[in-house]
Amino acid sequence: MRIAVLADIHANREAFDAVREAVAAEAPDKIVIAGDIVGYGADPTYAVEIAADYAARGAHVVLGNHDQAAVEERRGMTENARAAILWTREQLSQEHRAFLAGLPMTITDQDRLYVHASADEPGRWRYVHDAQAAAPSFEATPAQLIICGHTHIPAVFYSRPGRPPVAFRPLDNQPAPLMTTRRHLVVVGSVGQPRDGNPAACFALVDLRERSVTMHRVPYDAETAARKVLSAGLPPSLAARLVAGR
Amino acid sequence: MHFRQGQVIDGFTLEEQMPSGGMASLWRARHPDLDVTAVLKIPFLDPGQDVSVVIGYEVEELVLKRLSGPHVPRYIRSGDLAETPYIAMEFVEGESLAKLARNAPLSPDEVALIGAKVAVALASLHAQEVAHLDLKPENVILAERGAVLLDFGLSRHAGLPDLLGEESRVPMGSAAYIAPEQVLGDRSDPASDIFALGGILYLLATGELPFDFPSTTAGMKRRLYHAPKPPSAINPKVPAWLETIIRKCLEVDRGRRYADAARVAFDLRHPDQVVITKPQPRRSSWDRIVSAFQKRDDRQLTGAPTSRRREAGPALILAAVDLAGGTDPLAQAVRAETARLVAARPDSRLACLTVLKTELIGEDSRADDAGRSAYIRRLVMLKDWAHPLGLPEERVSYHVVEAVSAADAIIRYAEHNQIGHIVIGARGASAVRRHLGSVSSKVVAQAGCSVTVVRLAMLEEAVEP
Repeated sequence: MRIAVLADIHANREAFDAVREAVAAEAPDKIVIAGDIVGYGADPTYAVEIAADYAARGAHVVLGNHDQAAVEERRGMTENARAAILWTREQLSQEHRAFLAGLPMTITDQDRLYVHASADEPGRWRYVHDAQAAAPSFEATPAQLIICGHTHIPAVFYSRPGRPPVAFRPLDNQPAPLMTTRRHLVVVGSVGQPRDGNPAACFALVDLRERSVTMHRVPYDAETAARKVLSAGLPPSLAARLVAGR
Repeated sequence: MHFRQGQVIDGFTLEEQMPSGGMASLWRARHPDLDVTAVLKIPFLDPGQDVSVVIGYEVEELVLKRLSGPHVPRYIRSGDLAETPYIAMEFVEGESLAKLARNAPLSPDEVALIGAKVAVALASLHAQEVAHLDLKPENVILAERGAVLLDFGLSRHAGLPDLLGEESRVPMGSAAYIAPEQVLGDRSDPASDIFALGGILYLLATGELPFDFPSTTAGMKRRLYHAPKPPSAINPKVPAWLETIIRKCLEVDRGRRYADAARVAFDLRHPDQVVITKPQPRRSSWDRIVSAFQKRDDRQLTGAPTSRRREAGPALILAAVDLAGGTDPLAQAVRAETARLVAARPDSRLACLTVLKTELIGEDSRADDAGRSAYIRRLVMLKDWAHPLGLPEERVSYHVVEAVSAADAIIRYAEHNQIGHIVIGARGASAVRRHLGSVSSKVVAQAGCSVTVVRLAMLEEAVEP
């Protein structure tokens, strides 16, 4: 069983298309979209339509904080994120909004849990950026494998009962082990707005038989995506970070 | 949990219990599907057992299954932790270095021979991105195929999570051999294994351990400030070249330690080319009293990680130059390319090699005076060729090799000495050369390392008839 996980697409059409092609080539058994389909990027309607198409074909799709903010009033966003969300709302049709509004916070599939941010209180959108932040997720669920996004920085956390989790920064395109002796929390890198210094789009491929997870990196035309962010009148820093990968 | 002879675990029949440490029981075992004898390593996972036993088992399973080559036991499979956890690996026939070490002090030649074997095994391990971090005589088997390293329970794979390092801040390793940076919690530098190798060489050469067996972290930290006694002070028969190699392995400052196991192997195999260095002058007792009262960061003493030096370029470079026609333009171009490569890394070493062609295999042309003088003439030419590189003597060596096939001689030399990069010239493509195949193309096809082929820009009048 192989599962492709796409997180934090953020309305980046160029990145999404490149990742879709790479995912199709891997022919996974299951596709998961781990939230934040929209926000920041210039192509929210396209991203929602493709995500809905995936969902119609059996993909698991969970809600992200930007998806939520696009359909209902939210507080606590950064200035840039808020500007982008106000713009995004104007682009989306009633149908697009209905799709986003219908997304669940979490999906459990056998011993796997999919969620956008920290699993303990999904609606609070807490970042899992280190071992300490990963611990509450392990306490909140008995799932063997928790998969989330939100930080835009790939990570794998290894948990053993009674011990603090161990953090690992997986190498690009190199399988990180999933161990029989541990539970795992995988933070998937971002499709549409990577922030780990590598501008290439990221998706994760979980291989349950091989017991590994690989952060696949897919180079794409970030310059075009950035140009479209500027043309849409969105904050220029949102364009610059696509090219820098930060 | 107790196991007995004849017991069957997952199809493995336990045949004979082997001596082991406190972490696991070891059994020689057979499996009907395997044509080799196996070793089953069964961790002691009783309740109350130290947490490092479980993690050591996890780490060894992760690392061993990713390793290959003659210098590790072949991984076979592992058992389910929920049932009976075990790691099954190939049984390696050979002699334990621990047993051999009981006869120490050994002769310098024996120390060098064994040390080079262990260094070659380390080079292979490090090339696979793994630092052993618990190198000691008990974990080395001298087999027919070379040194084989055992027990990866404390090891660190650069591409895998460091389960142990994240779990514990207490230094882990063997007190007698653990590297100073490892004592301070750094588990990422393969040069820690080179420090441990220095400890093994010290033991083999003197019969004594450089640091004995401190049981506390403070005791282990002593090695940051106090150098061990020079080996020759314990065994006067230890020659200066061996003492120099041991000291360079045991440097606290990683900037002064060997960064590549292949370099240690090279030096142990070429004692005549080791440039003897004297130890740093000992600090005066006044300096030591003053520094004891100064706030200091121990990590400064262990210096920068060695990875930067390895990333800068190859440690051992081989320049294969054809001097049959003297230092012609192609030989000059090979030298220019070599200069660029050597400059990339200030602690690299260059082996200059030229082949003196002989017609017959086994013909000993050096036996007669004519052959002898041809050899000397070529050696003089080779040194003259290398002179403009301006390398100090500890960075360069000269080799005139007599061989029927130049390509075979170059490939053999590179393989035996763990050369990281070969520079070789290629002549223009004549019809004869296309038919017979050139030396450089054979080297490119068969060498186990990177090869730079240097070719002169072809002028039009040179190729036209």
